[in-house]
Amino acid sequence: MSFEDWYRQDRLPHIYCAGCGNGTIINCTLAAVDSMGWKKEETVFVSGIGCSSRAPGYILTDSLHTTHGRALAFATGVKMAKPDLHVVVFTGDGDLAAIGGNHFIHACRRNIDMTVVCMNNQIYGMTGGQGSPTTPLKCLSSTTPYGCAEPPFDLCELATAAGANYVARWTSYHVKELEKAVKAGLETPGFSFIEALVQCPTAFGRRNKFRQVMDHVEFLKTHSLLRAKRDRLLEQGQPLPEDMFVVGELTKRNRPAMGVKR
Amino acid sequence: MTRTEFWQGNTACAEGALAVGCNFFGGYPITPSTEVAEHMAVKLPKKGGVFIQMEDEIASMASIIGASWTGARAMTATSGPGFSLMMENIGFAAMTETPCVVVNVQRGGPSTGQPTMSAQGDMMQARFGSHGDYAIIALCPATVQEMYELTVKAFNLADQYRVPVFLMADETVGHMREKILIPDTVERIGRKPFVDGTPPFRATDPDLIPGFPTFGTGRHVHVTGLTHDERGYPCATNPKLHMALVKRLVDKIENARDAMADYDVVNLDAEQVFVAYGGPVRTVMQVMHDRKDKNVGFLRLRTVWPFPEKALAKFRNAKRFLVPEMNFGQIAREIQRHVKVPVHCIPKLGGELHTPDELVAALEGNA
Amino acid sequence: MRNEIRFSGFGGQGIILSAVIIGRAAVMYDSKFAVQTQVYGPEARGGASMSAVIIDDDPILYPKVANPNIYVIMSQEGFEKYGAAAEDPAVMLIDSTLVHSRPKCRCIEVPATREAKQTLKKDIVANIVMLGALVAATHVVSGESLKKAILDSVPKGTEDLNLKAMQLGLQLGKQP
Repeated sequence: MSFEDWYRQDRLPHIYCAGCGNGTIINCTLAAVDSMGWKKEETVFVSGIGCSSRAPGYILTDSLHTTHGRALAFATGVKMAKPDLHVVVFTGDGDLAAIGGNHFIHACRRNIDMTVVCMNNQIYGMTGGQGSPTTPLKCLSSTTPYGCAEPPFDLCELATAAGANYVARWTSYHVKELEKAVKAGLETPGFSFIEALVQCPTAFGRRNKFRQVMDHVEFLKTHSLLRAKRDRLLEQGQPLPEDMFVVGELTKRNRPAMGVKR
Repeated sequence: MTRTEFWQGNTACAEGALAVGCNFFGGYPITPSTEVAEHMAVKLPKKGGVFIQMEDEIASMASIIGASWTGARAMTATSGPGFSLMMENIGFAAMTETPCVVVNVQRGGPSTGQPTMSAQGDMMQARFGSHGDYAIIALCPATVQEMYELTVKAFNLADQYRVPVFLMADETVGHMREKILIPDTVERIGRKPFVDGTPPFRATDPDLIPGFPTFGTGRHVHVTGLTHDERGYPCATNPKLHMALVKRLVDKIENARDAMADYDVVNLDAEQVFVAYGGPVRTVMQVMHDRKDKNVGFLRLRTVWPFPEKALAKFRNAKRFLVPEMNFGQIAREIQRHVKVPVHCIPKLGGELHTPDELVAALEGNA
Repeated sequence: MRNEIRFSGFGGQGIILSAVIIGRAAVMYDSKFAVQTQVYGPEARGGASMSAVIIDDDPILYPKVANPNIYVIMSQEGFEKYGAAAEDPAVMLIDSTLVHSRPKCRCIEVPATREAKQTLKKDIVANIVMLGALVAATHVVSGESLKKAILDSVPKGTEDLNLKAMQLGLQLGKQP
């Protein structure tokens, strides 16, 4: 089997824009799921609302496309009622960190056994490009027309602080690393959180000087700072580059978890 | 065989749920419903079920829907402010035809209102509180016995009709303790089985209810709150499809109005007729008992939604309906839609049950 | 036969439990009907707590107590808030250790807190002393039923203490 066998062929083509990074993230996730040897009938995909959350609709398993921000609360019900099921959640930055922020921190705290893949495009794509809790300072969106004035969330720091057992960040450029990170998340008992920064040419890129799709992908590539490198810089007492974000496996631990299959 | 207990209403509710096979409770503490959650927290783990205290009522409602799709008999219990928060996902449950039971032990509102006092101010919210058109079922207990029996019934109706069912209790009934007879077994009606090879949201039976494709059984069902076709796939811009879907969701409940009507009638020839549900039933019963007046009738509702309108027509000589409610006439207004004679609303707010004297005064006021 | 009993005292005295025990005795062991209600809310925690029981041979329709024929009052504040209006032919049992007012109706003084403290070394069981006195004075439930309901309701390990408290109350409440 390959990741392609997990798609609902009768639902394609998908609704994502040309150049969207979400397909890459879904492929990586499905490749990781496939490599676990899980059966379709024992795997459930759950999502909320937004571009990311359309993903489960294209996957040939039981899937629950729920209300805005609430995916983790629904997923908690699925997993607690039937721990035999593998639960994977697709979410986005707005869904997870704005309207769903409370459910996010509590799912991390409970350390409930599921893997959450967040497609962070730093904007509300589906509704046409409004600012989100991860829109970087000074970036333009339809609701931050003079530049975003609010400091953004660091979703991985949030997940770590709240108690997730596994936390990693990669981008749509880092496909191999991302797949590995998702797999590591799937293998970890407890709550696994993988943030994937993605390009959104339609809503984010064209407002923020990424005229071409690859301009944004190139930015993600060149502005990602490997965790190992960051750690080295910190050890040496060097300053961290301000315009870069850390990628890699950020947290791996074994806090008590809930909903783990016995 | 039955056994006797002296239970609080909220305990009876939890025990009824356990008796009918509830195996998942997701909730958030709120007065005056908390005893339901506390009782489930003690009992469910011992029976192999799951109790989880969620971070809020939005999440509570979400969790029981998620659990329900794995085949669990799932419930939550709350009161006004929590019920308001649940509205979003109640709509999701209606749209996705997810069986679940929501207990609302009503207290005084609006807002935080009177947390420890009784009210019936959420009756219209139960029917129409989430956005869009849909239909639900709401049952109203007036005794501790009915807290038990109607909870059992709520689970069976939820599974049978694939719909959220509300047990619209009130603080009076939820908190009082009284004698209750517990049967050895209760009736259990499950979900209609799924027929393999059929689209998951196609309803071929006259009851308009599709079989339930439980998660984890290889049906690969996609469940979405978006307008969806029979396959469950999003199809949110097709006007005809949306009309057909929502009409089916409403019709499957409204068409069964008579089948699920649950009420008692007393003195069918009476000219003055009380209609009551929940706590005020007790006061009407007292007045009926004390007066023994054949010219005073009584319609005691257990099912309030869908409203059993045919019950009103049984009182052929009715010149006036008197409706004591712990709100400003939410169900009185519904009754007025169905009858030509005057409907006299007897509102009582403040948290206390109508007294018998108050009902007698209303009865004699314009007799 | 119908009795409407109102209990009041301060939070922590076991006022609610007293009402539950009497209701339970009536329903479970005397084959009667009973409804127990109470005042909830913050005022029930520290200030005057109140609970009521109706005991009847027939099913109870209207569940609230408006005019009790029996009062059990265990604090001065409870008396002022829930007992002061009592009139004949009602009867009031008063914990004379804690309540200095006396009602207009017939009053039975029971030094429950003092006796619990002196005889049993535990004032926590004063409410059970009052229950014993209540049953001795009014026979709202049988002594045997009261005993069973107390055993059903009190924490494990405290059965003996509570039964002694009940016996003490049965003596104190005996009417000439």
